[in-house]
Amino acid sequence: MRVELIKRPQQSALFSAVSPFIALALTLVAGAIMFSLLGKSPLDALYYYFIDPLREVWSLHELAIKAAPLILIAVGLAVCYLSNNWNIGAEGQFIIGAMAGSILPIIFPDFQGWYVLPLMLLMGIAGGAAYGAIPALLKVRFNTNEILTSLMLVYVAQLFLDWMVRGPWRNPEGNNFPETRRFHVDAILPEILPSSGRANLGFVFAILAAIVVWFLVTRTLKGFEVRVLGSSPRAGRFAGFSAKKMVFFAFMLSGGLAGLAGISEVSGAIGQLRPVISPGYGFAAIIVAFLGRLNPLGIIASGLILALTYLGGEAAQISLGLSDKVVRVFQGMLLFFVLGCDTLIHYRVRLVGFGAKPAVEGA
Amino acid sequence: MGAQPGAAAANLLEVRGLTKIFGSLKACDHVDLTVRRGEIHALLGENGAGKSTLVKMLFGSLEPNAGEIFWDGQPVRIASPHAARKLGIGMVFQHFSLFDALTAAENIALSLDDDTPIATIAAKAQALSHSYGLPLDPYALVGDLSVGERQRIEIIRCLLQVPQLIILDEPTSVLTPQEADRLFETLDRLRAEGKSILYISHRLEEVKRMCDSATVLRHGKVVGHCDPRRETASSLARMMVGNDVQAVVREPAEGMDKAPVLLEVKKLSRAPATSFSIPLRDISLGVRAGEVIGIAGVAGNGQGEFFEAVSGEMAQADAASVRIRGKDAGRLSISERRRLGAAFVPEERLGHGAAPRMKLSENLLLSRHATDDKAFIGPGGTIRTGAVDAAAQRIIAAMDVRKSARDPEAAALSGGNLQKFIIGRELDRRPAVMVVNQPTWGVDAGAAAKIRQALIGLARAGSAVLVISQDLDELFEISDAIAVMHNGQLSKPLPIAEATFEKIGLLMGGAEPGHVEPAMEVA
Repeated sequence: MRVELIKRPQQSALFSAVSPFIALALTLVAGAIMFSLLGKSPLDALYYYFIDPLREVWSLHELAIKAAPLILIAVGLAVCYLSNNWNIGAEGQFIIGAMAGSILPIIFPDFQGWYVLPLMLLMGIAGGAAYGAIPALLKVRFNTNEILTSLMLVYVAQLFLDWMVRGPWRNPEGNNFPETRRFHVDAILPEILPSSGRANLGFVFAILAAIVVWFLVTRTLKGFEVRVLGSSPRAGRFAGFSAKKMVFFAFMLSGGLAGLAGISEVSGAIGQLRPVISPGYGFAAIIVAFLGRLNPLGIIASGLILALTYLGGEAAQISLGLSDKVVRVFQGMLLFFVLGCDTLIHYRVRLVGFGAKPAVEGA
Repeated sequence: MGAQPGAAAANLLEVRGLTKIFGSLKACDHVDLTVRRGEIHALLGENGAGKSTLVKMLFGSLEPNAGEIFWDGQPVRIASPHAARKLGIGMVFQHFSLFDALTAAENIALSLDDDTPIATIAAKAQALSHSYGLPLDPYALVGDLSVGERQRIEIIRCLLQVPQLIILDEPTSVLTPQEADRLFETLDRLRAEGKSILYISHRLEEVKRMCDSATVLRHGKVVGHCDPRRETASSLARMMVGNDVQAVVREPAEGMDKAPVLLEVKKLSRAPATSFSIPLRDISLGVRAGEVIGIAGVAGNGQGEFFEAVSGEMAQADAASVRIRGKDAGRLSISERRRLGAAFVPEERLGHGAAPRMKLSENLLLSRHATDDKAFIGPGGTIRTGAVDAAAQRIIAAMDVRKSARDPEAAALSGGNLQKFIIGRELDRRPAVMVVNQPTWGVDAGAAAKIRQALIGLARAGSAVLVISQDLDELFEISDAIAVMHNGQLSKPLPIAEATFEKIGLLMGGAEPGHVEPAMEVA
């Protein structure tokens, strides 16, 4: 037996539109099965996972805090993926952006004023963009596979951060804990509504970025260039667009947005650098980008959904004693079903038997 | 091999009511076809008439929705190409499926189902190639062979399976007239051996010359069976197209030698980009305002490389090697050359001249965003969708592009209609220089006539038009002079009054001493 995928001559517009919802439903069903196998009531577990975190205002603020980096990163990744550049290293660009932006409050704690925060944000963007430019340069100059290089640079960034906070940047008054000094007040990202919860300006950046990138992709010549080079590179060359410049544009845009997410996270939710500053936002954002169908506005919705799995994981851990690894399982299943649904919309499955079958028959 | 006939029926293959439906399109609608033993049967029809679909069903790569196939009088179901070969049906495809980096014998071995050693295959292939007058070195790398030689590999690969019926899909579309003659001799010999041949073509003269009977398809239906030797080319054309095709009118151009040279190529050379592409050698050519120059040549002799160099998809080191309207353009990008007044139409429609999954209006922007930035691009690099859309509709109306929606995706159009749009997109700019590669490749006769007339019209209005084509009939119809590209070199243009099929054909085959192919054996 052999399984073949055969391209469908025409795709159903209806199913293309509902595909993310089918994937979500399938994830819920598979999740329910997993919970019952773990010996928990599936209904309870799904309740704690997906409903409980939405019942209180402070918890909605937490949702916004988790969604902000996911949306910011995913919006940049959407531009990458639309232009056929496979940046898997947003996690690393997030970390380097956070570190670049943290230079001011950590090394120059006496440099204070309202202008510190905007400078930090710009440095975060620059740091992420520069780190994203490395796989772009390798791809353009040496034709290396950007999936591998960008992914490997994630580990470089993670270990670099780890070393810095344990070594050169460790807080001198911190009792040897592996942390930097806490950021001074001018270096902290303001909260949106301090009276009701912790959500900070990072979420506003995320929404703004999504709208701006949506406009860029759908309404401008640059966005047209992204789509042409991504879908038919030869036609893009005929149009006079440069594929090499596009590699840099896509990687540096997504790196810059990941860097902005990184500096927003440390100057907002955390307030200092630690050995680990991201629960895998850079990887989860890949799921967000595809679940949002690479449409920046769709990504706002899918970013909120993925943020919910993080919160739900915490809630389920507290209420039901489930391992926090379940979160990763959920995210993995979601990506699996999204890609699976998309594949089956474009292709149909045919089973082919091995040669033994009589191929010529009398009718 | 496979099923050998017991008492041989007169009709080797009989097809009744064969139907294939794709979505709402009936690609083949109750097609009847009979091929007798020892005849060459022509399958005629325009592009999109259903010839390929019919043949794919006979060769087992498509399954019919309805209808019966009788082989040697017995009803059969052909489920796969493997089954077709077992029955004794062989096929030579229009687009070869050969690996450039392997030898001829290795390519043949890949298609055989058993593990015969390469040496045995090579010996068999050589014996066959000699007995059919198709000289071939089985140890030659395919990448080094000409298109005609590659076709021989396909034919020998097919003959090794000892087929009763050989299907040839547009075999001469890639050959020089002389190579085609040699192919016809081989086919004659096969016919004399009692083998049957199903010959797909839209070249009426060769069908009249070669074939014993013909079936004509139009819009998926059989519109007639006939003896092509008793028909005229124009009566066959009428059956294929359904009405008389408007003849292309070409007024002779006057006072051309005084007109300014708008496109000039001077000593253009280019190293091969990959190990299988053709180097360009010292190409010089001038196209004057008001004239159409044709470049003939067998596919794969450097036309693609030449187009890339002239259009600026690949820039040259020497700025003076390409001059557009008197300005050095060799180092300019394709957008900058367009701004100088040049327009380009590449050979491949989908994926090169147009992005398949984009709407026609977006495909208009593809080649016009640089030249028409005032009209199409607004502040901040935004696209003026209204203006682009209006221009797209104007082109659609001017070129009579038929489509199913107001602004469909490029891939949703038929080849001919998309080509009309792509040509119209450039004509709409009134370019001073127009370079077109294969303007009517795979385009139906009606659309082809319209495109050719439009190119002549553009030239007569004062533009320089350069047409690269494999279709000699087309070049003789529209050109004021014809040059021939062979092995990366370009001959001097022959004025149309002096050019004949024979002269051009000899140049296409590389008429130079020391390049004579081994003489054929006589049976």
